[in-house]
Amino acid sequence: MVTDIHKDYKGGVHPLQFTLWLIIISILMMFGAFTSAYIVRREEGNWLEFDLPTSFILSTVLIVLSSVTMQLAYNAAKKDNLTMVKLMVAATMVLGTAFLFAQVEAWGDLVKNNVYFGGVDSNPAGSFLYVLTGVHGFHLITGLLFLLMVLIASLQYRVHSKNILRIQLCNTYWHFLGGLWLYLYFFLQVNH
Amino acid sequence: MSSTDIAINKTDMHHDHEEHDHHHDQNFFEKYIFSQDHKVIAKQFLFMGIIWAFIGGFLSVLFRLQLGWPEATFTFLEPILGGWVTNGKLDPEFYLAMVTMHGTIMVFFVLTAGLSGTFSNFLIPLQVGARDMASGFMNMLSFWIFFLASIIMFWSLFLENGPAGGGWTIYPPLSALPQAIKGSGTGMTMWLIAMALFIVSQLLGGVNYIATVINLRTKGMSMTKLPLTIWAFTLTAVLGLLSFPVLFSAALLLIFDRSFGTSFYLSDIYIAGEALSNTGGSAILFQHLFWFLGHPEVYIVILPAFGIVSEVIATNSRKPIFGYRAMIGSLLGISVLSFVVWAHHMFVTGMNPFLGSVFMFLTLIIAVPSAVKVFNWLATLWRGNIRFTAAMMFAIGFVSLFISGGLTGIILGNSALDIQLHDTYFVVAHFHLVMGAAAFFGMFCGVYHWFPKMFGRMMDEKLGYVHFWLTFIAVYLVFMPMHYVGIAGFPRRYYNWTGFEAFNMFTDLNTFISIAAIFGFTAQFIFLFNFIYSIFKGRRATQNPWHSNTLEWTTPVNPGHGNWPGEIPAVYRWPYDYSKPGAEQDFIPQTVPFSETQSSNLPQERVLE
Repeated sequence: MVTDIHKDYKGGVHPLQFTLWLIIISILMMFGAFTSAYIVRREEGNWLEFDLPTSFILSTVLIVLSSVTMQLAYNAAKKDNLTMVKLMVAATMVLGTAFLFAQVEAWGDLVKNNVYFGGVDSNPAGSFLYVLTGVHGFHLITGLLFLLMVLIASLQYRVHSKNILRIQLCNTYWHFLGGLWLYLYFFLQVNH
Repeated sequence: MSSTDIAINKTDMHHDHEEHDHHHDQNFFEKYIFSQDHKVIAKQFLFMGIIWAFIGGFLSVLFRLQLGWPEATFTFLEPILGGWVTNGKLDPEFYLAMVTMHGTIMVFFVLTAGLSGTFSNFLIPLQVGARDMASGFMNMLSFWIFFLASIIMFWSLFLENGPAGGGWTIYPPLSALPQAIKGSGTGMTMWLIAMALFIVSQLLGGVNYIATVINLRTKGMSMTKLPLTIWAFTLTAVLGLLSFPVLFSAALLLIFDRSFGTSFYLSDIYIAGEALSNTGGSAILFQHLFWFLGHPEVYIVILPAFGIVSEVIATNSRKPIFGYRAMIGSLLGISVLSFVVWAHHMFVTGMNPFLGSVFMFLTLIIAVPSAVKVFNWLATLWRGNIRFTAAMMFAIGFVSLFISGGLTGIILGNSALDIQLHDTYFVVAHFHLVMGAAAFFGMFCGVYHWFPKMFGRMMDEKLGYVHFWLTFIAVYLVFMPMHYVGIAGFPRRYYNWTGFEAFNMFTDLNTFISIAAIFGFTAQFIFLFNFIYSIFKGRRATQNPWHSNTLEWTTPVNPGHGNWPGEIPAVYRWPYDYSKPGAEQDFIPQTVPFSETQSSNLPQERVLE
């Protein structure tokens, strides 16, 4: 007896796609907590003001570009353009990794400006910045792992228009990670 | 039996060919240990929940000994507690650690994981008509991460410096400074790691519950044909999804404060003759973040009990649930309100009194949907053909406890009264009745009711009655006197109160409470015996022993992986057609179409024939 749990399921959003949205909501709640804590804490004063690292501009450009390549990969998969899929997924991974390096660079800039995560000279203003970028970076690493899974699958010719779910989920998650960074960057610009 | 292979969708997506390749029989590990079957995972959660409940209960007996007999020496505890008892006296810091662990274990490991984990897992696919959860793998992962969290939490009980001791709410700066008390050392680190894992586990489970209910309902199962259990479990999962990440954030910042020298919650502290370098932190910030989870958490605990009790009361009153849509509406109302009342835990933190009034107003509104539920349960019982099964006894007991505990919630919700009552035994009595004992009664109710579906055998009813009455009496004997000492200002979490003249007069009452608590704890062994004995030796169950309408009773007595051997049945009606006038039997299962019940159809149902 082979039972297919989703066999009886017809049309609409795939359960796993829906599950991914729920996961995204929970991640959003986490950052909602951080950013509202940031605002509440900032209102109380004793808040170190400093310039945001310039590397953030570079990382923002990188992550927007990676969203574009991700979308191209997804579109190519829908059109069964398998070479393009591999190329664009790989490009997304490269851009994503470059984004992480840019973030690490930004941390380096912060330390140079005497903005520390912890220790005697630290201020919650700086610590929050490290936490926001760090937790986002962690989620970006999970996104990269997901991309790696898609890349391996695409090398085995298992990503195409009849087998689209995996890259579709990856596409959603990656756009979310990009959007999340844009929100954080915007938030930091405004509340600075 | 041939093997059962559950694979992710093949029909419309065609991925994962590899998962369709293994048709071999499942071995022991796949079937019972690393199972992806929601029924097995539910039982795993139930067993873990029961183990944790006994550990948590045992801790409460230990600290009740101290509270009931403050002058006595407990040399007989030395073999169990070792260095925590010196010259027959409990170590005060260990007392704090026990209180902390009792709260943590009961709230999170028993009444969140044990209750939602068991019944959401077990009932959601069975009652909505699905083969399994949306993602069986994530569901399995949810249990095993919970198991890992359990191991770490359990291990922390045996640390030389003891487990976490800063209260289950782990307020900084106490919890952030290892030099403050022993319980803020390694024990607190392990508490935080265990809770972080626990949150991940709950989120993995929760997204599965929601996705399954939204996406995998069988044909005909509209949202307004769902049993109230499913509504309750879904909203519980939604609450968890929105609030647990916030606790995770709060805990992460606390971890950074503890181990990485940040100052999110710490500012200007002078401890052990040394000024700390931390500046700029805010301890109140933690309380805001914590209670943004903490308040929905109490509804995460109680909503599943609401659902279970609604279902059991309707089935055993042989009557439709009174006000089905009002029940859904009140569940939704409570869920929404649960997110806007958190600061009523913080009335005495020096918050703006105007803000306090707003939170007080919102808090008191919760009384409305809660009262709607209570009146609907009572109206369902009213003139029903009540069958007093053990599950039904616990359901009625739940309603009683919920009323008794809920009424004091209205008193505590007033910011002015809270000045007197804050952190007294009045609060302890309130939440133990309304979310502790009541949620436990919901859990017992569910276990007695769905035991035949879980294990294919019946639990012993007579032992069930004995268990019910002893527990019910013990709960009231423990918590009623606590209200009294609480009004007198008796503070919670105090190791020793004999030094305070004002509280000395309560010595006898405290002894009484402790005796009742030990009595109530002992009664749980009747349940444990009944539970284990019935798994192996209980009377064999029939397919639908309670003559219930819901889908789970249309599966075989011992359903395999995939739940229904053939097609999943379609659903034609709501789940509460009990004692319908003109019907042949006093129940009409959801799978019976209106065309087969022409004698009982109501005028508006004729078009559906």
